[in-house]
Amino acid sequence: MKWDWQAVADFMPQFWDGLLVTLQALALGSVISFALGLVWALLMRAPSRWVTWPVGVVTEFVRNTPLLVQLFFLFYVLPEWGITFSALTTGVFAIGLHYSTYTMQVYRAGIEAVPVGQWEAATALNLPVARTWRVVILPQAIRRVVPALGNYVIAMLKDTPLLMAITVLDMLGQARLFSQENFQFTEPLTVIGVAFILISYLASLLLRALERRLVH
Amino acid sequence: MTPGLWELVLKGIWTTIQLLVLSALLAAAVSFVVGIARTHRLWTVRFLAGFYTEVFRGTSALVMIFWVFFVLPPAFGWQLVPLWAGTLALGLTYGAYGSEIVRGALSAVDPAQKEGGVALSFTPWQRMRLILLPQAVPEMIPPFSNLLIELLKGTALVSIMGMGDLAFSGNLVRLALQESAEIYTYILLIYFVIAFLLTRLMRGLEQKLKAGVGKTPTRGVSAHELKRAETTGVGASSGGGVLG
Repeated sequence: MKWDWQAVADFMPQFWDGLLVTLQALALGSVISFALGLVWALLMRAPSRWVTWPVGVVTEFVRNTPLLVQLFFLFYVLPEWGITFSALTTGVFAIGLHYSTYTMQVYRAGIEAVPVGQWEAATALNLPVARTWRVVILPQAIRRVVPALGNYVIAMLKDTPLLMAITVLDMLGQARLFSQENFQFTEPLTVIGVAFILISYLASLLLRALERRLVH
Repeated sequence: MTPGLWELVLKGIWTTIQLLVLSALLAAAVSFVVGIARTHRLWTVRFLAGFYTEVFRGTSALVMIFWVFFVLPPAFGWQLVPLWAGTLALGLTYGAYGSEIVRGALSAVDPAQKEGGVALSFTPWQRMRLILLPQAVPEMIPPFSNLLIELLKGTALVSIMGMGDLAFSGNLVRLALQESAEIYTYILLIYFVIAFLLTRLMRGLEQKLKAGVGKTPTRGVSAHELKRAETTGVGASSGGGVLG
């Protein structure tokens, strides 16, 4: 096994570009999944079966099918329907949508963990429904689920390399480009592998600190 | 869609299922070995097992697949058949996730059970085999069921390496027909059906194993939550571990 430090040095500029794209996709994907997941969770509590049933089926479907095929679907099918986005936008949206079907379960668990007394108190105080949600239920529910949401951010980080399949030059995309140009596969792939381990390890430390702060 | 193209899709399904079964077997073996090693009395064994889990959970499955396909061959001078390379990458990655499930279920067994084993002077291995595992394994099934679905979704990644699985056959059909909506819808539906069948299978397995230790399967929700779930139309969804 030959290890060439020069190749590592040559790869570094491209690595930083890739890292930036990866973090961008991660940040935007997280925002979309948090917002959309909350929407799904609230819709699932709607009184009508005509709302809960379709939402349940669609989210179950999205959750149980591969993100990669969903990416292909959005990337190739949307242009056929006359909607064109950049590859990165499509990818970010696909990741956000996919993970929103996970975060909705997290929100659901959080909402269900709010004691029934809180609901009853809100009813007793004659609070309107919207206000009950906004100032009583959601602040308590979301506080509880932040660590679980953080876990999904780490999971999302590990799925960002899939964007490479739709031509986005994230870390893995840059590594592949570099290896094809220079016929050196070992160094760039190992560098980004280590980078992923480091980032997700740091993120999990951060998350543990956050969890402690929220609990106490 | 012509019959020839459907044949391509069928071949893709077969490859996906082969890959799924093989990597699930490897992942299960890794999960139990590493998960049990994490409860070992020697700290070096615990440390090594923990290190393995952190490394393989920390990296992306796709990066791991690239690594096995491109870095292993020049490094060690042998090349794996794509099916085995995919099995190795997926099995090792998802095995690391599974080892956490095994460890969690083992540590959730009532400590009095272990103490009872010590009092009866069972060897550590006898305690594990006769007392801990029979009680822990049924509890592992719901999270393992979720992991199996994740693994099914993970098998699609090998299509990036040009392996002819279901997702890859979708790409071929798209190139042949120059039309993507129809074929990708079919592919997604097929994945969904496989996932549904796997969930049913695991639920049956859970029932069988729980009956073996005199329990009825719970869906991880208390009676109160169940009632609320019914009133809001939320089906009791796929087991516990959501807040894990």
